Amino acid sequence: MKLSEKFLQWLESRTGLVKLIVSQAVHPVPPGARWKYVFGSAVLTAFILQVVTGVGLLTTYVSSSGGAYQSLKQIDSSQLGTFLRGMHWWGASAMVVMIIIHLCRVFLTGSYKFPREANWLTGVLLLGLTIVMAFSGQIMRWDQDAIWSLVVGADMAGRVPLIGNWLAHFMIGGEVLGSDTLSRIFDVHVFVVPLLIASVVGLHLYLVLYNGVSEPPVPGQTVNPATYRSEYEDMLRKKGVPFWPEAAWRDMIFSVAVVAGILLLAWIAGPHKLGKPPDASQVIAHPMPDWYLLWFYAMLALLPHSLENYIIVAAPILIVLVLVFIPLNNRGERHPVKRPLEVTALIFVISALGAFTMAGKQEPWYPHFNAAPLTADIIGASSGPVYDGAMVFNEKGCIYCHTIEGHGGKRGPDLTYIADRLTRNQLTLRFMNGAYNMPVFAHTLTTTDTEDLLEFLSTRKRPGYTVGKQLSAVRSAGPPSQAVSTASEGLAIAKSKGCLGCHSTDGKPMIGPSWKGIYGSKVTVIINGKRVVKTVDENYLKFMITNPDVWIVKGYQPIMPKISLSPGQVDKIIAYIKTLK
Amino acid sequence: MKNDNENMLHRSGEADFGRRRFLSRVGMAAGALIAVAMGLPVIGYILKPSLPKMRRQWVPVGQINQFNIGDTVFVSFTNPSATAWAGVTGKTGAWVRRVADSDFIAFVINCSHEGCPVRWEASTKMFFCPCHGSVYYEDGVVAAGPAPIALQRFKVRVRGGQVELQTRPIPIT
Ligand code: FES
Repeated sequence: MKLSEKFLQWLESRTGLVKLIVSQAVHPVPPGARWKYVFGSAVLTAFILQVVTGVGLLTTYVSSSGGAYQSLKQIDSSQLGTFLRGMHWWGASAMVVMIIIHLCRVFLTGSYKFPREANWLTGVLLLGLTIVMAFSGQIMRWDQDAIWSLVVGADMAGRVPLIGNWLAHFMIGGEVLGSDTLSRIFDVHVFVVPLLIASVVGLHLYLVLYNGVSEPPVPGQTVNPATYRSEYEDMLRKKGVPFWPEAAWRDMIFSVAVVAGILLLAWIAGPHKLGKPPDASQVIAHPMPDWYLLWFYAMLALLPHSLENYIIVAAPILIVLVLVFIPLNNRGERHPVKRPLEVTALIFVISALGAFTMAGKQEPWYPHFNAAPLTADIIGASSGPVYDGAMVFNEKGCIYCHTIEGHGGKRGPDLTYIADRLTRNQLTLRFMNGAYNMPVFAHTLTTTDTEDLLEFLSTRKRPGYTVGKQLSAVRSAGPPSQAVSTASEGLAIAKSKGCLGCHSTDGKPMIGPSWKGIYGSKVTVIINGKRVVKTVDENYLKFMITNPDVWIVKGYQPIMPKISLSPGQVDKIIAYIKTLK
Repeated sequence: MKNDNENMLHRSGEADFGRRRFLSRVGMAAGALIAVAMGLPVIGYILKPSLPKMRRQWVPVGQINQFNIGDTVFVSFTNPSATAWAGVTGKTGAWVRRVADSDFIAFVINCSHEGCPVRWEASTKMFFCPCHGSVYYEDGVVAAGPAPIALQRFKVRVRGGQVELQTRPIPIT
């Protein structure tokens, strides 16, 4: 007898493990599983890789808020260290990807149906734990992104009713960031969750053995809990094949591919870059979650702001509930062809997640602080009001959010051809009043700024594009009259148009605010339900006269009628108001 | 093995049954006791930092004459509660504006939306958040984006020529 056989015999007699392991390894599984059954084992492989690389990284990593960053730099300072960190990063990504594919496969083949509901539930738990690992892992990469992502995470937790504040401070380990912050994340990432994952993986595998691997679904073949188990056992007796090696060889080969992929990416692309130091007093930051949570990040920016509280708190609960209750429907058809509704729902969810993730990558809502200024070429002038207007566009932050010929941010509409869409009056309205997601600029722009900006934007036309009759008619009213406005003419107009029926000129309050002393004073107006303090200047008056129903001065009724006045007349009335000191 | 179990249970009589029920309860109670005895101190210790306790303290952020009237500038300071091993993580900052002689406003750097650091853009006279694009006017009122309320403020005072801020927790809104 060979020595190795002798050893195995001894081991079996003293532990009983050899038979146990062999019998489980060769347990019969349904034939025809093919490649679509390999993703679960790939998750396990990725998890093992995470444990192994994690143990390696921990020989250098320091779990202190003050020291972690330097220790990460230290890891990155050697080629092998960078490589190891790369493996851990790509391993994490692989684990998330494989878990999602595995979940989709189980869902599509209806494998969660009777008697495998508990398999599904432990799988959902593992998904949740993996997301916790992914998030805490990003925080462990203790750089600027990490601290702000944690603050954002804590702030989100803060939305939970009643215990929100407490929960938020629990997450960051106090009321401000400090030395307790990283230590608790470390605890979670290195001890608590990995131990939980290892135990639940054990349970999951036990359940796979206990309930047997699900047979590939056949359209028309339904699950009936009363008869399923005996039918399944029958089928195994007749057609079953030993798991090892008939099915397992595919798992092993695929896992090799996964590991090879991780190593390759770690080598070529390296780990996620270590950002700036975790210094909360550095405000020039651009925090972003790692890719697995980008979809949620994007959702926060894109969904209606009023729904946010519900989304942040209710969406995760809803997702968990849906996942937990999926196996309630535990009988009937398993084949996707016979479950069009479920398949559609899955496609919808995946596309939505994908779309939000892409949006998160592009961040159209992000103001481009470093947008390259418009050049004389694009402006089409190198001096004069048009050029000055473009400079205003560069300097007053318009360019952060608006693109002109490819220069600028994406938050607001592209203004390359804005003159084809909006008249000068409409543009003025936008500057003065703002819009959904656009600030009010009445305060920031001087009268000359506004005029120049209008000059500039009016030149943003599509060459040869003919605008609708109406629009050109409005535009032909032309820029506000430059004629010298005289106060007395203004008074005459104010009288004839009935302004003085509601506005006194001696300080007495009437239906509207008195004009006396109003010029240069500060007033509080209600804009979209928010109170904003405004200085009464030309822009303000011009806006109020031409758009009486948009901003409402606090304490007055929104009843001022729209008076038809030419731009010249408006200027004259303003000139008159200016004299009422 | 299953048969052995059944045999064993079969052998026992009424008296055994009652005794075993009692013993099994004792066993479970002992387990629960151990869990509580070990768990409570740990849970208490873990939860401690989340109980409100930070003392509000005044920290100096600069000489008064370093601030020009009308300018909004960034000041950074170390949280007085920070331990030595918190490193740079113990630092934080504020946007301070000298409104008039000894009249100061200090905004927290955290966006009221989810807490990202806002930056002041002097040319636009607005605060911008890099995360989901919230914008605030000069006075901290929301101008755009998902931010639900105005930027929060520090209490400011001037003592002996020093501008001082009162520390406060990261705003959770
Ligand atoms: S954190 Fe500032 S916009 Fe979301």
